[in-house]
Amino acid sequence: MIVGEQKPLTEIMEQLGEARKVLVVGCGTCVTVCFAGGEKEVAILASALRMKSRLENHPMEVDEVTVQRQCEWEYIDPLRERLQEYDVILSLACGIGVQAMNERFPEFITLPGLNTTFLGLPEEQGVWEERCQACGDCILDLTAGICPIARCSKQLLNGPCGGSQRGVCEVDKNIPCAWQLIWERAVRLGREEWLLEIQPPKNWSTSRDGGPRKIIREDLKLTT
Amino acid sequence: MKSGSNLEKVLTEGHFAVTGELGPPKGSSADFIRRKAEILRNYVDAVNVTDNQTAVVRMSSVAACAILKQIGMDPVMQMTCRDRNRIAIQSDILGAVALGVGNLLCLTGDHQKFGNHPESKNVHDLDSIQLVQMVKRMRDDGQFLCGDKISGGVPLFIGAAANPFGDPFEFRPLRLEKKVRAGADFIQTQGVFDIERFARFMEKVRERGLHEKVYILAGIIPMKSAGMARYMRDYVAGLIVPDELVRRMETAQDPKEEGVRIAVELIHQVREIEGVRGIHIMAVAWEEIVPVIVERAGLYPRPIL
Repeated sequence: MIVGEQKPLTEIMEQLGEARKVLVVGCGTCVTVCFAGGEKEVAILASALRMKSRLENHPMEVDEVTVQRQCEWEYIDPLRERLQEYDVILSLACGIGVQAMNERFPEFITLPGLNTTFLGLPEEQGVWEERCQACGDCILDLTAGICPIARCSKQLLNGPCGGSQRGVCEVDKNIPCAWQLIWERAVRLGREEWLLEIQPPKNWSTSRDGGPRKIIREDLKLTT
Repeated sequence: MKSGSNLEKVLTEGHFAVTGELGPPKGSSADFIRRKAEILRNYVDAVNVTDNQTAVVRMSSVAACAILKQIGMDPVMQMTCRDRNRIAIQSDILGAVALGVGNLLCLTGDHQKFGNHPESKNVHDLDSIQLVQMVKRMRDDGQFLCGDKISGGVPLFIGAAANPFGDPFEFRPLRLEKKVRAGADFIQTQGVFDIERFARFMEKVRERGLHEKVYILAGIIPMKSAGMARYMRDYVAGLIVPDELVRRMETAQDPKEEGVRIAVELIHQVREIEGVRGIHIMAVAWEEIVPVIVERAGLYPRPIL
């Protein structure tokens, strides 16, 4: 899932500036699951904004709504009618949701209330970890099912750098060394030979380096 | 001969090689390079020039190497994958060769978190093994990575690093083997303090016959003070400094002298290990100790070839 984290309240207040009427729009999918931008977080942030703006002597009127998925037209289109009531819209969706709102409703300003952090999973309750960089050319078959592109600080494809010690990355002792994990898994599976092959330079053109990406599926397009 | 560099000649003629290290200045002074180089002259066979080590911005390795060439010394240009993509790396390699550089050490590079621009973007388009492979292709096939033809030769003696003190330990000799298969001619290891672990590493290296295929130079880091010993033990990722050595540094009357003594002992110990073909002394910011260590280790004078 897409994991996000709410921006600090002061930063959000700065973005909102002189706005008097604000609509906070949550998203019912990824950011709900990671407790960053669902209905509950929208309600908490909306009351925080009301209180803070009152304390700062320019009270804001803050309304709340949460849509099922902020990244799909069909879920955000029903918002159109009520948007003119507001000076500004504050989205608690990921960056995709924020852009969907701006794209669909170009006459209104939608601001980001979250930082979209990474593609990952909840490792345990309250802990999320990155798992995928969406490089566009999956190599998990070569790396014992653990992604060094997302999980090695240097995105190494041929084994650990000299900074891996006692299972942790040189960058931070809270980061497990991806290559330690890959090695251990390969040993457990009896597949060390996977790691002896020299992996050639990666084709990064399928990643962001090739420019913004797009998928067109002719078989799915509606013919009108 | 791959490049005919002094280092290559020393190693191929069977001498026990000694390399040193020079960190370019955080500035533009060519005199700085010359001054440091003169300290090392005649005491080492080649001088590694670091590539923005620990991700701190310094004069470029290629420029500092060119200055060494001008004064008749043999540089080992260090090249990390952190700051350049495959386009920039190949371009800098051609420039280095044009300036007379004959040795290239291919490295991953320290993470920028440790440097003075921790907010920078890193590259890692290639990893160090892919870099070795690319340089070999440039040299032996006269081709860029993409297959296009290179005009003129790329005679380079290709080096890579190995860290016997990194984990997973069992993977380290296999990773060295990958570097050898990729085309490494010589290896410089991380600084050796834990001689027992280094010996175990070398045993695995010999089991795989790698010591016959690549020249292995053991890293030696002279310790200047007990503080430095403790710092390396506790905070430098990828080093193992046994407590016993830290204690010796702590209790020594003259810590610098003790540091030299330990370095010389370690040199004798690594020399005893089959497959070690030389040493690489990393005494950045303490270059003046290198002649002392080389002499006391019985490695002076250096061969003139």
